[in-house]
Amino acid sequence: MLYAILCYHSEAIVGGWSKAQDDAVMEKLDVVHQKLAAQGRLGPVARLLPTSAATTLRKDSDPPLVLDGPFAETKEQLLGFYIVDCDDLDQALEIARELGRANPGGAYELRPIGVYHSSALPADAGQ
Amino acid sequence: MSELAWIDGALAAARPQAMAALLRYFRDLDTAEEAFQEASLRALRNWPEKGPPRDPAAWLIFVGRNAALDGVRRKARETPLPQEVLISDLEDAEADLVERLDGADYRDDVLRLLFICCHPDLPATQQIALALRIVCGLSVAEIARAFLVGESAMEQRITRAKAKVAKAGAPFEAPGAVERAERLAAVAAMIYLLFNEGYSASGGEAPLRGGLCDEAIRLGRLLLRLFPAEAEIMGLTALMLLQHARAQARFDADGAIILMEDQDRTHWNGRMIAEGLALIDKAIRHRQPGPYQIQAAIAALHARAPRPEDTDWPQIAGLYQALEHHMPSPVVTLNRAVAVAKTQGPQAALELIDPLAERLAAYFHFHGVRGAMLLELGRSAEAREAFDRAIALARTPAEAAHIRQHIDRLQAEAAPS
Repeated sequence: MLYAILCYHSEAIVGGWSKAQDDAVMEKLDVVHQKLAAQGRLGPVARLLPTSAATTLRKDSDPPLVLDGPFAETKEQLLGFYIVDCDDLDQALEIARELGRANPGGAYELRPIGVYHSSALPADAGQ
Repeated sequence: MSELAWIDGALAAARPQAMAALLRYFRDLDTAEEAFQEASLRALRNWPEKGPPRDPAAWLIFVGRNAALDGVRRKARETPLPQEVLISDLEDAEADLVERLDGADYRDDVLRLLFICCHPDLPATQQIALALRIVCGLSVAEIARAFLVGESAMEQRITRAKAKVAKAGAPFEAPGAVERAERLAAVAAMIYLLFNEGYSASGGEAPLRGGLCDEAIRLGRLLLRLFPAEAEIMGLTALMLLQHARAQARFDADGAIILMEDQDRTHWNGRMIAEGLALIDKAIRHRQPGPYQIQAAIAALHARAPRPEDTDWPQIAGLYQALEHHMPSPVVTLNRAVAVAKTQGPQAALELIDPLAERLAAYFHFHGVRGAMLLELGRSAEAREAFDRAIALARTPAEAAHIRQHIDRLQAEAAPS
């Protein structure tokens, strides 16, 4: 069984860490990451950039509406996510629109990723 | 992370919003500050026992407001009220308060708090010092260190600034759209001043003053969370991130400046660059260009180039031309000339530079750039003259050392071998 572990914290607090504090946390996490990777249990790991860098595509309207800022509604739940490699935001939005045409309703939040580690899982994991 | 460090972080993060709301209640900076300090003290006692509140800012506002009112009443009646009474009915009241503190309230409160710091009667350095003290919550000692002055001098400066602000009277009515835009522009300018105060520090001073850049970026992100659709605030934050991303590569071990084309780009901060690029991408979609966005777009072109020779100089020259249109200034023209030198050669650049001579006679970079162009054209004697003027105008040892390299090279070439 694959599990996603979603990380929540106050952005203002984490964003207020000094570089030394931040590095110390990442170092401790990395010890755990390496252990899990060696066990073949760790999929991709991503650290998102602040919500101030986010853009939201509301796909419950046609054409979809592009809004600045993070996804803010509380009536909807996080159901899944994609990680895509793009040259810029426009390309990311184009991909999101295409996905939205295949599955209208709800919204996509586009958040740039600051740190990314590729998967250590076998290719058939989760099947 | 220890409990105390967590509480410290939460207090710092909640400070702008809590201070802003307390200022609205009390309409006086000193009272608001005292109220926030009292609330922070109570948080240190209360949070380790009862756990962190759901919304630290709301908790601090509520407790701070009551503590300050309590103080006022106590002074009036000379009889202390039991403090526990205040704490016990906190839970219900807190929930109520959280609901009332919706985004719009916070937004104008925080903007007002920042706007008060950029009162036009205050010199730039006082605006920045006041913002660092009031909004960011840095101690007077920390601010004094960052400004390289003594603690008592800084204390005086901040006290004087507060007195001026109090005398001027803060604008407490809810701002209209035009006023809000004006306040945002003034606040953005102050934040960029704060950033530059840190960014212009020389190599040796950078460890002391670089923190100012971090504070400025934090304020930029704070404004963006409150005004997510303001293109110029995106541009400002992007600009600061893209410039600060190069911090580790800008000075050598002796504190001397390393020019961008000689910097080790692997020392640029990839996370800051990614955030800056994402923000400028967002801003450009609004099609409302402004000076911060254009400067950020220029910084973005540098950041996107894996090697100096990959830099898109024609587009940078074009962006400087657009910037001249938005913000006419001989310094901008000088920067355009540097880009033009890369695309059309030093002669074309000199033709742009020379008409600026009168207005930029006392500007270090004017003579430095002019010297470099003359040097490239093989006009050594004139280059030497320009470099001599530049070195006389250098404001930091790092600037002087950089020009000194050129002069030494000229001298070595001139010396008979």
